[in-house]
Amino acid sequence: MNVTNVVVSGLGGQGVLKITDILAEVIFNQNLDVKKSEVHGMSQRGGSVSSEVRFGEKINSPMVPAGEADILAVLDVTQIEVALPVLKAGGVLITPDDVPVSELKNPKALNTMILGAISAKLPALPEEAFIEAINNAFPEKLRALNVEMFLVGRNK
Amino acid sequence: MKFFASGNEAVAMAAFDCGVNLGCGYPGTPSSEILDELSKLGGAAEWAPNEKCALEVAIGCAYAGGRALTTMKHVGLNVAADPFFTIAYSGTPGALVVITADDPGMASSQNEQDNRRYAVAAGVPMFEPSDSQECYDYMCAAFELAEKFRSPVLFRMTTRVCHSKCVLERRKTVPDAKKSGSFTKDPRSNVMVPAFAKLAHRRLRADLKSMAEINEKGEYTTIIEKDSKLGIITSGVSFHHVLDAAPDASVLKLGMTYPLPVETVRNFAAKVERCLIVDEGDPVLFEQLAAAGIKVENKPEEFRFGELNVARVRKLIAGDTTPDAPGAPGKPPQLCIGCPHRKTFEVLRDLGCIVSGDIGCYTLGVMPPFNAIDTCVCMGASVTVGLGMRHQLPEAEARKVVSVIGDSTFLHTGINGIVEMVYNRPATGHVVIILDNSITGMTGCQENPATGYKLDLTPAFAVDFEKIVKGIGVDNCDVVDTTAETEKFAELLKTRLQSNDCSVIIARRPCILALAKRSKMEKK
Repeated sequence: MNVTNVVVSGLGGQGVLKITDILAEVIFNQNLDVKKSEVHGMSQRGGSVSSEVRFGEKINSPMVPAGEADILAVLDVTQIEVALPVLKAGGVLITPDDVPVSELKNPKALNTMILGAISAKLPALPEEAFIEAINNAFPEKLRALNVEMFLVGRNK
Repeated sequence: MKFFASGNEAVAMAAFDCGVNLGCGYPGTPSSEILDELSKLGGAAEWAPNEKCALEVAIGCAYAGGRALTTMKHVGLNVAADPFFTIAYSGTPGALVVITADDPGMASSQNEQDNRRYAVAAGVPMFEPSDSQECYDYMCAAFELAEKFRSPVLFRMTTRVCHSKCVLERRKTVPDAKKSGSFTKDPRSNVMVPAFAKLAHRRLRADLKSMAEINEKGEYTTIIEKDSKLGIITSGVSFHHVLDAAPDASVLKLGMTYPLPVETVRNFAAKVERCLIVDEGDPVLFEQLAAAGIKVENKPEEFRFGELNVARVRKLIAGDTTPDAPGAPGKPPQLCIGCPHRKTFEVLRDLGCIVSGDIGCYTLGVMPPFNAIDTCVCMGASVTVGLGMRHQLPEAEARKVVSVIGDSTFLHTGINGIVEMVYNRPATGHVVIILDNSITGMTGCQENPATGYKLDLTPAFAVDFEKIVKGIGVDNCDVVDTTAETEKFAELLKTRLQSNDCSVIIARRPCILALAKRSKMEKK
């Protein structure tokens, strides 16, 4: 069965859940089966946060098994060691070193820049679907910035 | 119409679509979002001061013919257990659905109790959804079953089911009409004095038999017949892990897990060589099925602890009980930079206090650099546990004991402790610090009876802590901002600890996350 597993890790407040929400919405709008899982609660207080998205024709468990993530994106370098066991051999690791952070117009938009880098590894999902989902996810004054940062991350 | 939604969003949609008259509860991870979602959809939803109050308000609504929903985390049902056990006897003419959100693995809880045991202990039928679609479908079924049998229904979710999102079909396109209120005097059904309760208990056991027969019809059961070598009986999110971990196994997935469809399980078990139970938590299914004489194999004890996942289910099936290799530790949560509790804990630490703690963000005061929480049991326990320590410790040590409790927790079950304090005074008195950050912080900044706002952010009467504790009869009550007046707070605390007074100090300064919420509210 063809299942794609994406895991995003970081720290509370970095917008990890925001970008997996956007990614899942894009997938949902492509009429694919999709599940998303994470643990809330204490993570609001600056602790480690990890969010998992699985998609394909038919998804069972909402959690990505250890060693089976096709893509692992990490928003804070301290979390690489914590999250790495989820990545499969030959899987794609995306860290802030892989995106042009110097071009960030607002440090808080690192998450959408990383989402851009993730999207580049998922060619089945169209760019305009991401842009639409980003526009839906942010208030009007933040939309242009986040779309721009997404495209920088996507086209790096 | 299709949605991509969490289990919590799904039950809110279902409750709204079933025309629920009232949703009430107390915030607790992982259940907290349900009532906010219900309110956003346009349903009536409120935060009660605690779970017992919430369940009792829901009972009253259902006595008056309404459809009522109450939400709480697993430990909340301990607080609401008293009404829960007796309403199982009397029942209500309107529907009463009780959501318990369990936390296997303790992502955000002090224990991992398995509340399926409450269904068995109280004799209350229980649904156990495995994903958002079942959250929606079973919630609709729960309202119908509750009305059919005038019985409360327990709706058991877990952290993964509450917070995982999946695609769901919102089946009702038009919400059911809301039930109108009416009350028919019927003391034999509704007044649980012994003479009537004896009849009610017999009625309850007979009803459970009828409900088991309904469950045998298979509406809430999924059977996948494949390999006859291995059959797996499962419930909740574990079902989805099983499908990935053992794609060739035969599977019996239970949706209504009390009362069980015992004959359905018996037939399934007879068709397979090995019949294994794969569920999270206590051996609740195993104990009932084994007692019914069905040859089933329980999961090894190792898998009673924590959440299951695909890898653990593979190990479980293989009988591999070696503990999982510990991963690199993640960054633990901590008190926010700018949190008003920080200065309070620095002073408690520097004065060498013995701190009886409570449940909330401020429990994080146990972490370095504060190391300033010495006990934490359950909601409201800080005050009374501190009193017990004062009674037992030698005087010099007793004088160091301080209880700390948050504003929402104080209103939840802390007030009784103040009554105990002035009634059975320790010889050295006592000091209670109410950490009033003016919000229910840890669970995501919910309103409470002291914030001045209701769940839907309309203005409300604000309960006054000074008036409460002075009315109960404490010797003194001071209000300080420990961040702006740290020295004054330290001196005041020293004075109170040296006296034999029963003292309350209200450390008042708003949560920084609540300030952000308030500024958003003002903009709207």
